[in-house]
Amino acid sequence: MGNILVFAEQRNGVLKKVAFEMLGLGSQLAAGLGGTVEAALLGSGLSGLPDALGQYGASKVYVADDPALANYSGEGYTNTLAGLIAKIQPAVVLVGATFMGKDLAPRLAARLGVGLAADCIAFAVDGGNLVATRPIFAGKALSKVRLLRTPQMATVRPNVLPAPQPDAGKKAVVEAIASDAGTVRAKVVDVVTAGKGEVDVAEAETIVSGGRGVAGPDGFAPIRSLAKTLGAAVGASRAAVDAGWIEHSHQVGQTGKTVTPTLYIACGISGAIQHLAGMRTSKVIVAVNKDPEAPIFKVASYGIVGDLFTVVPLLEKEFKALLAE
Amino acid sequence: MNSIVCLKEVPDTEARIEVRSGRIVEEGIQYVVNPYDEFALEEALKWQETLGGKVTLVSLGPERARESILKGLAMGADEVYHLAEDAFQGGDAYATAKALAAAIAKLGEVDAIFCGRQAVDDDNAAVGAMLAEMLNLPHVSMITKLEIAADGKSAQAEREVEGGKEVIHTSLPAVFTAQKGLNEPRYPSFKGIRQARTKPFNTWGVTDLGLDPGSVGAAGALLEVVDILPPPDRPAGRVIPGEPADAAKEVVRLLREEAKVI
Repeated sequence: MGNILVFAEQRNGVLKKVAFEMLGLGSQLAAGLGGTVEAALLGSGLSGLPDALGQYGASKVYVADDPALANYSGEGYTNTLAGLIAKIQPAVVLVGATFMGKDLAPRLAARLGVGLAADCIAFAVDGGNLVATRPIFAGKALSKVRLLRTPQMATVRPNVLPAPQPDAGKKAVVEAIASDAGTVRAKVVDVVTAGKGEVDVAEAETIVSGGRGVAGPDGFAPIRSLAKTLGAAVGASRAAVDAGWIEHSHQVGQTGKTVTPTLYIACGISGAIQHLAGMRTSKVIVAVNKDPEAPIFKVASYGIVGDLFTVVPLLEKEFKALLAE
Repeated sequence: MNSIVCLKEVPDTEARIEVRSGRIVEEGIQYVVNPYDEFALEEALKWQETLGGKVTLVSLGPERARESILKGLAMGADEVYHLAEDAFQGGDAYATAKALAAAIAKLGEVDAIFCGRQAVDDDNAAVGAMLAEMLNLPHVSMITKLEIAADGKSAQAEREVEGGKEVIHTSLPAVFTAQKGLNEPRYPSFKGIRQARTKPFNTWGVTDLGLDPGSVGAAGALLEVVDILPPPDRPAGRVIPGEPADAAKEVVRLLREEAKVI
């Protein structure tokens, strides 16, 4: 039997999209491994969420609903999941490569004494085993890996795999499990949310990014404005972050975030190799740059040679006209 | 306040990575201290200035890494334990964490262990949390701020999460992994560079750590690399000619009608 366990991450009662993406992936893998797809859901006040997971393909949802798990902790979640995994012995454990998943998965793998394929973007089944593809050097190369122990554990990059269509007719069996948070030494004491409605680049479908060409903190104004029109996240190159024009949480590239949005609009970004590594897997790239020789044009689906302060407002005007139709 | 900093040498982020027959071509690559490990070291040095104690580097990597380790010493670390033996090399995150955990356990009492949030070559972002689990310590990953209590018994850290940050309180000792934004790493001073070569440069082998050679490095890896490939080429893009207003209009039209993303 090769059951697949998906860690269904939620924050504040909202499931992460990558949980659905992993259920879709799990269904495909289960066909090759001969098992079923199940989900583990941890937190507090989780009613309604197991039903959603069922509609996206989970045959069974293990739920640990406990105030002690309301805030994520690496130790508490590891303790609970390790107990579940020891009991149900899945062949594969999938975790989203989110801030939570990247914190949790390595600790859990070490507890289970298994390897971890981190931040994977593609999977295949070969002779009953997973073969996972993961970017290394921030995407300058791809590594194909096999996991040598069971459960085979991987984190899955959000936004890469398609989420399946939910089927309202599908229902998961729900099983309450022991929440064994145990002793938690590193505890969340506060959660601070950034500006209202701000989309994080790591999760965004659309990103509008600025680089050296924005020439100062105020230069981000047209970029923020376009991002707002598109419901997009604001990204930045290392040059803009290192100059202190914008916070590091916006940085895309090898020392920032690696992103895979549907649309990436690069404004005044020349396209240094470490930036390209972080965004080259975007589905469509638009580049606006004064320098026709800028390397960004080599990866751009559509390029406009021109000053971003002229072009970006014009793009926004056109998008507005289109979205108003 | 004694700290241990895990330091890895990696190819420069500006390096072009070439793949030939399933391997990374190493010729011509410039190596540097992993950028995130510099934030880790800076944080340890900063707290040493306030609370005293010692900053010890532990580095797993080949003999080649000596220059990068010397940079760590030049920045201000007091000494280094280098796990340079061949048996340590080529491991996955698990095997690497296992060797580092054994070295840290052998070093004895420590208050804080600092790692970079990930090495920018393998991009696992796993060793810090694995290390914590193996040493039975709490961990806080990707920290952007740290306050250590004056008694050195506890700390409060901030870590970035999607759309905000978490504030985390932890007892010490603990493992922290450093995210960019935590601090501005110092440049080694001339004096620091001079002194680096006189600081204790220790080398530990597998037997020094009481480990089975089959449990570390490539032999101890639980993840097998089957192949390494170059990333797929992007289809050639095109520059849309014309006046800015016309080009903008045309790009938006193409995004809707051709790319179908709007």
